Amino acid sequence: MQPDRHAPPSSLSRARTRAFRLNGRAHAALVADHVLLLDYLREGLGLTGTKRGCDGGECGACTVLIDGRPRLACLTRAGECAGHQVETIEGLADGGRMSPLQRAFHERLGTQCGYCTPGMIMAAEGLLRRNPDPDEAAIRAALAGNICRCTGYVKIIEAVQSAAGSAR
Amino acid sequence: MSETPLTQASAHLRHGANIGQSLTRHEGALKVTGQARYAADHHPAGMLHAVLAVSSIARGRVIALDVAAAKAHPGVVDVMTPAHKPPLAQDPDEKTHPFMFRLDVLQNDRVRYPNQPIAVVIAETLEAATEGAVLLAPRYETEPARTDFPAGAHFTPALVGVADPAEAHHGDVEAGLAGAARRLEAIYETPAQYHNPMEPHGIVAAWEGDTLFIDTPSQGLAMAQARIAGLFGIPPAAVHIRSPYIGGGFGSKGVFSGPQVLGIMAARLVGRPVKLVLRRGQMFGPVGHRAPTRQSFRLGADNAGALTAIGHHTVTASSQHDDFFEPAGGVSHTLYASPAIATTYEAVRLDTGTPLFMRAPGKAAGSIALESAIDEMAHACAMDPLAFRLKNYAEVEPMSGKPFSSKALRACYAQGAERFGWAKRPLAPRQMRDAAGMLVGWGMGTATFPALMFQAQARAVLRADGTGVVETGAQDMGQGAWTALGQIAADSLALDPDRVEFRAGSSDLPDAGIAGGSAHTATAGMAIHGAGADVIARLAELAMGDERSPLHGAGNAGVIARAGRLFRRDDESRSESYVAILARAGIPAIEGHGKSATDPAAQAAYAMHAHGAVFAEVTVDPDLGQLRVTRLVGAFAAGRIINPRMVQSQYYGGMVWGLSFALHEQAVIDPRSGRPMNANLGEYHVPVNADLPSIEAILVEEHDAHVNALGIKGVGEIGITGTAGAIANAVWHATGMRARRFPITLDKLIGPQDN
Repeated sequence: MQPDRHAPPSSLSRARTRAFRLNGRAHAALVADHVLLLDYLREGLGLTGTKRGCDGGECGACTVLIDGRPRLACLTRAGECAGHQVETIEGLADGGRMSPLQRAFHERLGTQCGYCTPGMIMAAEGLLRRNPDPDEAAIRAALAGNICRCTGYVKIIEAVQSAAGSAR
Repeated sequence: MSETPLTQASAHLRHGANIGQSLTRHEGALKVTGQARYAADHHPAGMLHAVLAVSSIARGRVIALDVAAAKAHPGVVDVMTPAHKPPLAQDPDEKTHPFMFRLDVLQNDRVRYPNQPIAVVIAETLEAATEGAVLLAPRYETEPARTDFPAGAHFTPALVGVADPAEAHHGDVEAGLAGAARRLEAIYETPAQYHNPMEPHGIVAAWEGDTLFIDTPSQGLAMAQARIAGLFGIPPAAVHIRSPYIGGGFGSKGVFSGPQVLGIMAARLVGRPVKLVLRRGQMFGPVGHRAPTRQSFRLGADNAGALTAIGHHTVTASSQHDDFFEPAGGVSHTLYASPAIATTYEAVRLDTGTPLFMRAPGKAAGSIALESAIDEMAHACAMDPLAFRLKNYAEVEPMSGKPFSSKALRACYAQGAERFGWAKRPLAPRQMRDAAGMLVGWGMGTATFPALMFQAQARAVLRADGTGVVETGAQDMGQGAWTALGQIAADSLALDPDRVEFRAGSSDLPDAGIAGGSAHTATAGMAIHGAGADVIARLAELAMGDERSPLHGAGNAGVIARAGRLFRRDDESRSESYVAILARAGIPAIEGHGKSATDPAAQAAYAMHAHGAVFAEVTVDPDLGQLRVTRLVGAFAAGRIINPRMVQSQYYGGMVWGLSFALHEQAVIDPRSGRPMNANLGEYHVPVNADLPSIEAILVEEHDAHVNALGIKGVGEIGITGTAGAIANAVWHATGMRARRFPITLDKLIGPQDN
């Protein structure tokens, strides 16, 4: 069997200073070009609420908001965020106060093992910002890329509906 | 240590404050804010990243690894290979008990399945370790992969499951078939499935001398501790495992896996803490799966629709190098009355990782086949499927003849059917359409799972300020152990939950047994119950023996505990607070211990199972075969319910696993290479939000005086059983086409019927 081998392009090792807003605060750091946002958040900054569940773009566990829209941190290079707003699950609570979606996921048991939860909440947060009053079909469509292996989804939908309702 | 007797007189019937309440999830706030720290979220100072290189062949030898290229990559610290690794104190291929499985931890250059670890690259960054693993560019001496299931070389396994016999007989099946008015022979096939918890297996390992600290998800902390201690030649007490939050397990985190051991070895090799996390694709190999099955049924029934024989023969597969045989026949022992039952097995060895327990092991695969066969027989007898099941209702466990400790299955059938509207179901298939012209079908299945108990210990402490601490190394993988066991803990001390600190999720705490077999709440709960009762007994002794206490001389009448006070049982106007009792005695705290285990006498006398009934509605496009589940109603009876909302969640989750079993999940193996072709979450299909039907789960009341003093059965696995078969039967009812190879994909509903 032939080895499957690919040398890294030389540009991959270059690092540059990047400035972006992270959870509402200005952030600047030296980031290598090839580092994924997911790994930068988790290993570089210790923001471990964003999870890795797959090998790229399949499960939604790493969903964050970039400029308010849900994006997969495992398919985004950290350097690409320069000049943009990045929000993670850690930025959603206001001080010690849970956001309406977080509270709804907690109270409605939208979380079980909890591993998909941060990504699920960020995807739902992105939905509610562009559509504050979604119907069930819109919620399901918005969360279609987020896999949960525990809940059966019922209480996740209920949590999003509840958060949307409480904001009305 | 006081062993809590398995009597019918539960202390909790007296306290009763917390059990049965739908408290919200104990750790929910941490999980929704991203603060709950899972294993891979840890990052101790000086930590290195380890990345596995895994085999891309199914069978053969690794003949070359370009270690020099990997080591030359900037940031790579070391490369662990069979030639360069720390020594182990025990052969990883040794087996000393049934829960011990052979591990692949670089003991040699053999490859015995795809995605087997063949090297570990350790680097300063995750990126460098990942690149280093690519640079190893392994070369192999490849042997042909043995993938031929079920046609490979058959043999009869000695045991199936943990320790079930591979052959069991009750009555004379041949005579039952010969005398039957109607006979059914049918073969059902289920595929290999992979657990795929959302959290990949990972470990952060740090050695301090010969003491080991690890963060890793584990459904069995004490068992993992013992396994690690054996492999590394250190005392179990020197192994400290933290596993407070497990991102799903479903059985795959029940036995300590090879990759987890490799993380510990890597930390040993480099003398620094190491983090090793599996990529998703690497989970299709070394961390278990559900083996494929081919199940042949022979059923006989008399003119009135009573079963005369059930013959259930299973062909399944294990790996080439270890034994785990999916015990699919077990459901036929317990579900339907028949004067003759026989379950037999054959097995094949494949070049795969060793199959393991996966949510409802044996029961899930057995249930979809048995429920399909029962449905086919009901149709052959021209009977409604529910009427046929009631006709064959087992009043005693058919195989053993034992009475059931409790069985509210009739109520499950009645409540589920009522809620679903089953009475309106036309008997013949292909009779219903929806407004869009889709074929509509209704099907049902019976759910069942044994009520098991393992062994556990717990410690409870009541402090002078009237607060309590209860400790047991329980494992929460999302099922709600923190919450439900915390409720039992508070009740055991007769205190409000906010007055009791419940500690779990660490191997430094008393052994809570395995979070598996749907037995954790019963097992750990009974140990907690005993520990709290021990504290209360000591406290009562203290008060009753002190003439300054209003409880003095309560004697045989005794006292009862409620809301932080002891009351004289014969005169509740006489009471004293815990705080007052301890203060007067000048004692800072009272400690109690409890343990739990199965009760052999109760086991010998009773068959113990949870039951349920699931009803499903599907729609099928008559032209394209496109298939959707539109409605699921399940009704389950599982003894005492500690937290109804969490139990409902377990039923929902289980039912969606049933849906997944029926319609989605399968590992597709390339017969040429032996590799799984869909080792990712894009192509290994599991249900997503868009697949979700309307789901209801009804909690049917059931009281069981025999399973344990708390009356708890299990709820974690039963939801899959019944559901998968109900969906398969609904597909038949919609289309008139019987799919016998699962999952039922649309290609099986259009074109020639060779299903």
